[in-house]
Amino acid sequence: MPELMQRRTEPRGPARIERPSALAFLAYALAAIALVWAFDGAGWSAEKLASSGPRLADFMSRAWPPSFDALDRLGLKMVETLQIAIAGAALGIVLSLPVALLAARGVLAGRFVNWLTRTALGFIRAVPDLAWALVFVVAVGLGPFAGMLAILMDTLGFCARFFADDMENVDPGPAEALTATGARKIDIAATAIIPAAMPAFISTSLYGLEKAVRSSTILGLVGAGGIGMELKVGFDLFDYPTAMTVILMIAVVVVLVEQLGAVLRRRIIGTEGR
Amino acid sequence: MALDIAAKAETAVQPADLSVSGLSKSFGGAAPIFSDIGFEVARGASVALVGANGTGKSTLLRCCLGLIPADSGRVELLGTETARLGARARRALRARTGMVAQRHNLVPRLSVLSNVLHGLLGRGSGPRYWTHMLAPAEARDAAMAALAKVGLAHLATRRADGLSGGQSQRVAIARALVCQPRFLIADEPTASLDPAAGEEVMALFFKLVRSEGVTVIFTSHNVDHALGYGDRVLGLAGGRLAIDAPAGELTKRDLGALYA
Repeated sequence: MPELMQRRTEPRGPARIERPSALAFLAYALAAIALVWAFDGAGWSAEKLASSGPRLADFMSRAWPPSFDALDRLGLKMVETLQIAIAGAALGIVLSLPVALLAARGVLAGRFVNWLTRTALGFIRAVPDLAWALVFVVAVGLGPFAGMLAILMDTLGFCARFFADDMENVDPGPAEALTATGARKIDIAATAIIPAAMPAFISTSLYGLEKAVRSSTILGLVGAGGIGMELKVGFDLFDYPTAMTVILMIAVVVVLVEQLGAVLRRRIIGTEGR
Repeated sequence: MALDIAAKAETAVQPADLSVSGLSKSFGGAAPIFSDIGFEVARGASVALVGANGTGKSTLLRCCLGLIPADSGRVELLGTETARLGARARRALRARTGMVAQRHNLVPRLSVLSNVLHGLLGRGSGPRYWTHMLAPAEARDAAMAALAKVGLAHLATRRADGLSGGQSQRVAIARALVCQPRFLIADEPTASLDPAAGEEVMALFFKLVRSEGVTVIFTSHNVDHALGYGDRVLGLAGGRLAIDAPAGELTKRDLGALYA
């Protein structure tokens, strides 16, 4: 009892739940309304969700076991998918560097060029990879070249933005030391900023490659080459066992590429984080 | 009051390599970090700049090299008023200057030799100066000679992030000296080193700059360094130049008052 008395004399701790301010309460209410609105617009239906189980089971029974009859053709298409991803990502990564140099603040260009480049990159990122594929199918015709160009744009939008951020975040000390000796901006970028940002570039590039592999598997849906076309044909012809094979091949390849990326990141830069 | 030391440096016989007058600087509209600063550094002299943390020593040095703009005032470096310079002329002036910072500021992933070679970027531009593998023979030779002067020629191919603190600072000194500058600033060059390594680096640094006749202005919290390596001492306190006197006329107590 004396202990309790003593405890009461100590300063009270903060309230367990703080009363929100009127503004915070309004923000919570608006967020809740926005969430309900989004679910409503997305056609949320508990009945459909409940009845989907038997339909999914029916699909699985018709798709399983997967068909390996066309494995040769599917294998070649998967190789083409990887070729699209690697070529598009490689070109996108290479082009990202000069674009990022223009986008990074305080590296080469002035503020207006930084803003203009970042805005253009924002536009490139805002257009989905499938939309880029449709554009390039119109421009260069059906086939893997359109897919490669779509991957290039997707990688450019992603890598150039992060390369620019990486360059802005390097330790400014080495650049300052070289500025004090009269070095040009391009020399400072090449010798102090890019080498310091290289681990982050490598990590970003590996993510770009993983992203390219994931994207390239579905570009075939719009005729831009790769294994996605086989998936579409499988579903269109109700050849679910072949479609299942394609889905499994995509899953295995994507998981393998992600694992490979993680190993390379660990080996090259000693971390898995971006 | 000890800070009110009125003793002014004797009129320099040598022409001034650095002449500063009425220099003021503030950040973000706040009260000036220092104001109305004026001093001269004679050719070949070594000047210590001391003062407590936050008095603007590093900022003053960077204003002197034009690395950050001053709010007002005039800086004449190596006979050239820095405020009027265009980009090309500013680079040409900086090619005759150098900087050694508290943190060595080497690029960690590059070789020691490439880091030293980059000290020549004020004289030579382009990919041939970006890495020691492509560098012209005379540039490589100059970088190796600078490394030899700091006793690290045998580590030329080692990555910079594999060096100790003392070795890194010696490489930074080699990078600053490789272009044979006439004017150097050294911003607390031994602050990140243990006392023994700090003494060693300071002794080496001043042996080299003295032998090559380089004008130096350096900051330090080490009163012994300021009095031992400086011909003159400048003391910053309360945003003003509280001390400007020959080192021989000052005592440790005079400098200690700056930190009171």
